Amino acid sequence: MSGAALPDYQGSKIGMWLFLFTEFMLFGGLFILYAGSRALNPEAFHEASRELSVPLGVANTLILLTSSLFIAAAVTAIQKGNKRLSLLLTGLTACCGALFLVNKAAEWGMKFHHGIYPNGPGLVQRPTGEALFFGLYFIMTGLHGLHVLAGTVLLSVMAVLLARQRVRQGDSVLLENSGLYWHLVDVIWIFLLPLFYLAA
Amino acid sequence: MTEQAQGHIVEVPTLVKVWAALVLLTAALVAASRVSSGAAVWAMLIITPVKAALVLGFFMHLRYEKALLKGMVFTALATLVIFIGLLFLDISFR
Repeated sequence: MSGAALPDYQGSKIGMWLFLFTEFMLFGGLFILYAGSRALNPEAFHEASRELSVPLGVANTLILLTSSLFIAAAVTAIQKGNKRLSLLLTGLTACCGALFLVNKAAEWGMKFHHGIYPNGPGLVQRPTGEALFFGLYFIMTGLHGLHVLAGTVLLSVMAVLLARQRVRQGDSVLLENSGLYWHLVDVIWIFLLPLFYLAA
Repeated sequence: MTEQAQGHIVEVPTLVKVWAALVLLTAALVAASRVSSGAAVWAMLIITPVKAALVLGFFMHLRYEKALLKGMVFTALATLVIFIGLLFLDISFR
């Protein structure tokens, strides 16, 4: 029991999950704020949500679901010792993250163009409930977007570590935990899609 | 103490099936939102948690984890659900 430190697999996993719980609570608080605001302003939320582009929201959902498949398969590949496939899939996942952000930027750009941003001319003349909807929309998709950005950077780092054999078969918990983070980002978007685009 | 150096291996065909289910459920969610706003809300309340459970169970390997981790995740999510429940109690009886 001396010499090189043994990788504590279970400890790493539990540590990552504890961090993910704080993320649940961070977004959970915002979901509670959304639920309360919506219960008090049902018509305004309904009207405002019709202005969001369903095709863009669904496209971003498909991008994230597919990227989740890629990173899950990347974990399977490295566990089986297929480094090249794992590297390819991790890279593809990061590309999906970048694509998601490009879509999101286009979507926000269209809203900005119509004066819809916090305190923007397209919002101040509207009922309070609609301003509230767009405020929550920008905060929640914005915070989620920051997570996508962080995840994309994290996965790019993982691709480098895979290439350098720092993540390898038998010692792949870094990639597994990065995958957990990416899936969390996907789960949060799974909830954001109906809340903002579909069910209001 | 190193009985487990890496996690359970989930085979790729399983992952692809889960992905296909997620895409189909998304299609169902979009279809329901075109029927009526009541259908959209019900679809959201039923389909969205199923999608999240699929990602947590298969992609995040929770199905294959030990009871300790499952219990921790359950406790965290149950806490969140209790908070949301309390919020609606507050709004309803205000």
